[in-house]
Formats: sequence, structure tokens, C-alpha cells
Amino acid sequence: MPEGTTGPRRTSAEVTGPRRTTGRQAIITVVEGTTDPAQRGKRPNPSYNHLLRPKVLTAVSRASRSGERSHGWRWTLVAAIGLLFWSFVLFVLTRVLTVFRNTPEIGALLAGKVLGLVFISFFMILLLSNIITALSTFFLAKDLELLVSAPVNWLTLYAAKLTESMLHSSWMIALMAVPIFAAYGWVYQGGLTFPFIAVATFIPFLIIPAIAGAAIVIVLVNAFPARRTKDILSIVAVLTAAGVVLLFRLLRPEKFARPEGLQSLVDFIALLRTPTAPYLPSEWVQRTIMTSLEGNTDWLALYLLWTTAGAMLVMGALLHQKLYTSGFTKAQESTQRWVRGRIARRAGHFLLKPFGILRRELVMKELRVFFRDTTQWSQLILLAVLVIVYVFNVKFLPLSGAGITTFLVNTIPFLNLGLAGFVLASIAARFIFPAVSIEGRTLWLLKSSPLPMRALLWSKFWMGTIPLLVLAVGIVGVTDAMLQVTQFIFAVSIFTIVLLTFAIAGLALGLGAVFPQYDTENAAQIPTSFGGLVFMMISAGLVGAVVMLEARPVYGYLTAEAWGGVPNPSDMYFGFGAAAVLCLVCTFVPLNIALRRLERLEL
Amino acid sequence: MISIRRLTKRYGSFTAVDAIDLEVPRGELFGFLGPNGAGKTTTLRMIAGILRPTAGEISVADVDLLADPIGAKQRLGFIPDRPFIYEKLTGSEFLRFVAGLYDQDGPEVEHRARELLALFDLEEWRDELVESYSHGMRQKLIISSAFVHRPEVIVVDEPMVGLDPKAARILKDLFREYTKRGHTIMMSTHTLEVAETVCDRVAIIQGGRIRAAGTMDELYESVGAGAKGLEELFLRLTGENAARELVEVLDA
Repeated sequence: MPEGTTGPRRTSAEVTGPRRTTGRQAIITVVEGTTDPAQRGKRPNPSYNHLLRPKVLTAVSRASRSGERSHGWRWTLVAAIGLLFWSFVLFVLTRVLTVFRNTPEIGALLAGKVLGLVFISFFMILLLSNIITALSTFFLAKDLELLVSAPVNWLTLYAAKLTESMLHSSWMIALMAVPIFAAYGWVYQGGLTFPFIAVATFIPFLIIPAIAGAAIVIVLVNAFPARRTKDILSIVAVLTAAGVVLLFRLLRPEKFARPEGLQSLVDFIALLRTPTAPYLPSEWVQRTIMTSLEGNTDWLALYLLWTTAGAMLVMGALLHQKLYTSGFTKAQESTQRWVRGRIARRAGHFLLKPFGILRRELVMKELRVFFRDTTQWSQLILLAVLVIVYVFNVKFLPLSGAGITTFLVNTIPFLNLGLAGFVLASIAARFIFPAVSIEGRTLWLLKSSPLPMRALLWSKFWMGTIPLLVLAVGIVGVTDAMLQVTQFIFAVSIFTIVLLTFAIAGLALGLGAVFPQYDTENAAQIPTSFGGLVFMMISAGLVGAVVMLEARPVYGYLTAEAWGGVPNPSDMYFGFGAAAVLCLVCTFVPLNIALRRLERLEL
Repeated sequence: MISIRRLTKRYGSFTAVDAIDLEVPRGELFGFLGPNGAGKTTTLRMIAGILRPTAGEISVADVDLLADPIGAKQRLGFIPDRPFIYEKLTGSEFLRFVAGLYDQDGPEVEHRARELLALFDLEEWRDELVESYSHGMRQKLIISSAFVHRPEVIVVDEPMVGLDPKAARILKDLFREYTKRGHTIMMSTHTLEVAETVCDRVAIIQGGRIRAAGTMDELYESVGAGAKGLEELFLRLTGENAARELVEVLDA
């Protein structure tokens, strides 16, 4: 095997190429063929399929590798989890829709409203996802240099890149839509034509945000003369945050939870009949699907979907023709040439002085790499969305009015700790889990230096944990204050979230070192790897276990408060003590395993 | 074959390439030299149609690149300094894909791909995924891909990096034979020995401007007596006080 190769999967295929020639003769053989009059004058026009071929071959290659024994069980596990998720959604939705179906007058309206809410959420997610993906597919992908320097027609390039961007952004939503459509079709007996109508409705619904995302990115890339991706992503983050807030105000989910707040049933029905967002494709999907299930398909809504997709495709292509070349050139220039970090450097040196030169430089390096890496920045958008969704969910919980007791007001924030834990796990998966993997290409430097791996690991731990801790305590503190919980619940929330933060950070860093992705060049892909999945599953288990362990003492305290009495101290000690021990184990054990892995690592 | 007029590229207030003029005729192997950050790669990327010039004109094989980019690119093969290859394609699949970008396929392309792979000792690796190739093998594959569609002009940025001595020798011979048959190559390199032994003419660029251009003899004449070898010539033309700086660094 040649020196430096990494995957010795040599086949025994016999070489059946041209007659072997050597030296000068071989060169002449190659060069003699360089004049080909037949090719002159013929204008090349590589097809759309040809441009997508490497992607298809890549997918096939990955899939065939997955057939190898070592990968097989991983895919089986992923498929099993996927099927379990589908079954769960199908089961829950079928139950809910059956209840709706048996409710006269408002049942069908409620089912339609739920579908509208689901699809408006899908639409916003698709739009955001397409913006992020289009930036990378159209302007940052590594194959663009090859494609742009080749004689590829602009329209073919647009179509191929749009398809790539759409598939990358939409596959997860498409998978999620399957059990939803299945549940509606099943409960409302959509018949044999329903799957076709669902597919015909869903395709333009995916195309529209893909074109919109690509168009937004093309305009943004052209609008930024300094063409710094970070700036573009910051704008996208602000727009997304604004979009999410707007979405929640449009939906007003609290109204549906508290129908008694309305004057009468007529008001409630009127509210249900009001379109959520009449000019958005999600509304057209909802109208087509619901009318089709009622046997009176609204073809106008389907027509609107397809004509909008068609019109947008034409406009998107024209925009691409006009602005892509200049945008691509600007994207090439976008590297930040000068970094003015003098003040930050001095501040860092001052603040980190007590930790010594080694740790100070490690921390400074982590900070610099993070804030200059656009793939990391794009993930901050997801963080912003997660936090906004979380805070808004809590803000609009219907926890006041008739029938709402102090017991309920304090129980829900406690259970909400679980949700906060999942939010933290998602953030840790994005930011802490990849920390060891992204050192992959520089490990030779770190390993050949006198740097103890322990120092590296702990600097990464604190770099990830401190911001996570600030965020966790912040969102739990703010939401507890919004809900006006008792001091006891406030203390429990803070105690639990601090412990969970340490445990989740330890798990993320530890499992990131156990399942490293040293070869990846895009940190955004690391959390979706197999190791990332394992981390999310273990974190979910940990959050659930902590909430369950603490549930008994919290329940005891709240019932004692509500109905008088004294909570059992042994319940308190055991519940909170076991939760604390579990969190500490989850913090230190993965870190120790990671340390041993790093110390034994051979490059 | 390659004609550049007043070519300029500015990044904000920074001028990477400053109104350069160059003429590379048919059948010439032209060397493009200069210190790091001088503007070599930016110039070559503009000729390849990857960067749009701020001002100026580029023509490739008598086709105006800005007016008819497809026509110009059809006649061009480009080898970048940091090439990308699809990791999950095999060597033959990659060559087939590149030929397809120029609307070429069929048995002729298959045969040619095999010829090129054989030339660079990659024939036994043709059905292996690129991810298993070493750095040098990837470089050979990229060079092969620039020849697979039979371009009239090749623009190549640092071709010798990562090649073993045998492959480097093959490449030099290939370039010579290729230009002998009326094709044109414009090559940037830091390997002065390559420029000296292979190139018909060279240009030295610094700070975005052409400092000197011509045959080796013409360049020696331009700097006057005393310049021994291209290295000294290069240092004189680019104004590098390398030796003095080296002593200062070592003494520090």
C-alpha cells in the first residue's frame, strides 16, 4: 500500500486497461490524443443528472459500506429508533384524531387546525434549514471550484445545487410527515387516492422554501461587500428569532388550551375557522389535505401550491442568473483578512493569568477558533431558536385562572426541568460533543508537545460548561420567575439544572472522545453521527432519571404545602442525594474514559 | 493562447493583482513565479473563471472569458493548488465525471482515463475510493483530470507539491510533450529548478505587479551581471533581503 493511504480496501480486480506502456512512450500516447477535431466547436452542456451523479455515487458508496458488519448494527439501531418514533407519532396522533373525529361540530376544525400548526412549524424549519444549507451548497461547498471552472450552464448548476440543498434540508421533515399523513389518512379514511394527493401537496411545499432559502442567500451574499459569512449568519439568526416570535404570536397556542376564556362556543368555532396564515403554503397544504379527506378536494389550494412553486422557480433561476457569479466571487473573497484582537488578547491575558501560560493559551485558542469558525456560528442560530422556543413555551403556559392551583403552578415548572435538560443536551451535542473531534487535524501538534491530555480535556470541559451553565441557570431562573414559583421549587430547579449541566457537559465531551470524527471538515456534521445519537439517548435517559428521582420528594413537599403536614426527610435525602450522585458519576466517568482514550491515542 | 489585459483584482482596499498584462502564445510553457501572497493564485483563478476580475480582460484560446465563459472554459483545464476530489468516488469515476463536465463520455473517455491512470501508476487504484489515496496519489489524479478532456490550455497552480521524483519527472516530460504539440500551459511554482529547466518563459510577480517577464536569458540580462542562478535572480527581482533577515533572526 502506498505510504500515507488510509483505507486499504484494494480489490483483486484485474487490470484490463490499455496496453501498458512505459516512460516516454506512455507520455506520447497520452499527448497524441490531445488534438481531437471532432470535439472542437461542440459546445459542452453537462446534464443535471451528471452534476448530481457524484452525490448519488457517494450516497450509494456510504450505503454499501453500511453493509459492513461493523456498521450494520449501528444502522439497525438507527432504523429501530426511527421505526419506534414513527410508531409513537402514529399511535398518539391516531388517538387524538379519533377523539376529534368523534367530536361533533368542532372535531374536524380542530384536526385541521392541528395540521395547520404542524405545517406552519414545518415551513419555518424548512426555510431556516434551507437558508443555512444553501449558503454552504451554493457558496462554500468544496466541489464548486471544480464545477464553476468547468463549462457548466448556469441553469443546470442552479437546478443541481437547488436539488442538493432541498434534499439536505428536507429529508428529516419529509420523514416526520409520513406518520402524520398516515394518521390523517387512516382516521379520516382517505382511501387509495389520499397518498397521491398527500405527495402532490407535499412536493411543492418542500420546493417553495428551498427556492426561497437559496434566493435569500444569493441576495445576502451579494449585499455584503466584505462578504463575511459570519455577518450573513448573524442576520439570518436575527431574522429567525424574529420569525419564531412572529410564528408564536400568529399561532397563539394558549387560546386553544383555554377555550373557556372565550365568550362562547361560537367564538371558539370562529377562532378555529380563522386561517392561521392564509398566505403561507402551510395553509394551502392544510386546506388541500382536509378537504380531500372530507371528499371535497379544494383544488384551488393545490393549484396555488404548484403555481407558486413554479413561479418561484422561474424567479429564483433568474435571480441566480443575475447574481450568482458576482456572489460566488464575493464568497471567495470573504475570508477575513485581518483580525483585530488586541483588546480581546489583553483582556484574555489579564483574566486568565492565574491559570498559567499553557491553560491560558489553550482557552484563548478555543475562543478564537470558535468565534472565527463559520460552521460553529451557524449552529448558534439553532441555539437561539431553541432558547426562544423554550422561553415562549413557558411564557404562554396557561397557569392562571379558574382551577389552577399552587400545586399545579409549582409542579409544571419542576417537570419543565426535563425540557430544559433536553434543550441543554441539544446545545451540548452541537457545541461540546464535537470539541475533541475538531482537534483531529491538529492532534499531531498537541500530542507531540509537552501538553498533558488532562489539561486539554479540562480546558475543553470548562470552555463548554461555563457558557452552558450561564445559559441553563439563566433560562431556568427567568422561567421560574415568570411562573412565580415557590422558593423551594426555585432552589430545586437551580440545584438540578446545575448538576444536569455538569453531567451533560461531561457526557458530551467524554462520548465525543469515545466516538471521535477526526476526519470531518465540517463541525456541523459531528452531532448527527452515531456517537452523537448515543450521546442524545444517554442524556435523555439521564434527564428522565433525575426528574424521576426528584419527583417523589418534590411531590411530598408540595402536597405537604397544599394540604398541611411535614414532608418525609428520608425521601428528600434519598431523592436529591441519588440525583446528585448520578449526575456526578455522569460527569466524571465519561471524562476519565475520554482521558484514557486521548492518552493512548496513536496517530 | 492566453491573453491578459490590465487585469486587476481588488479585495476592498487591498489590491491583489494590479493591472497586469501577459501574453502566453500557443505552444509555450509559461512559468509564473513570485513570493507567497504575490497574486499568483488570484491571477490563475481569474483565468480559470473562478474569480471575477475587478477590471481587465482575459482571453483563452481566442475566446473572451468574460463574454463567453462557457466557450473559454471548454478549452481550459485547471489544476488548483488545493484541489477537491469527491472522497466517495473512485479514481475512474472521478475522471469520468470530469470528462462529463466537458460533455465527453463513452469508450474513448474510458480508454483515455486508463491511459492517464497508467501513466501515473494509478491503474491498480482506479476502482478504489479516493478517500484511500495518499496525498501524492490525489495530486496525480487531479493532474490526470485536467488532461482527460483534452484542453487546449492548461492553467496549473503548484503542480509539483506532493509528487514523488518519478511522478515529478513524468509530469515535466508530459508538459513538454504537450506544449510541443501546440498546446499552452501556464504554471505557477515555487520550485525554481522546475521553472528554470522546463519553462520557455517566466514572469515574476510581486505585490500584484509583474516585475519581470521573458526567457531566462532575458531575465538575467535585465538584472545585470552577477546573478548566479534563478534563485538569486528571483531574490534580486523580488527585493527580498532574505540572507540579512535570516542572520537577524538567528542572532535574536
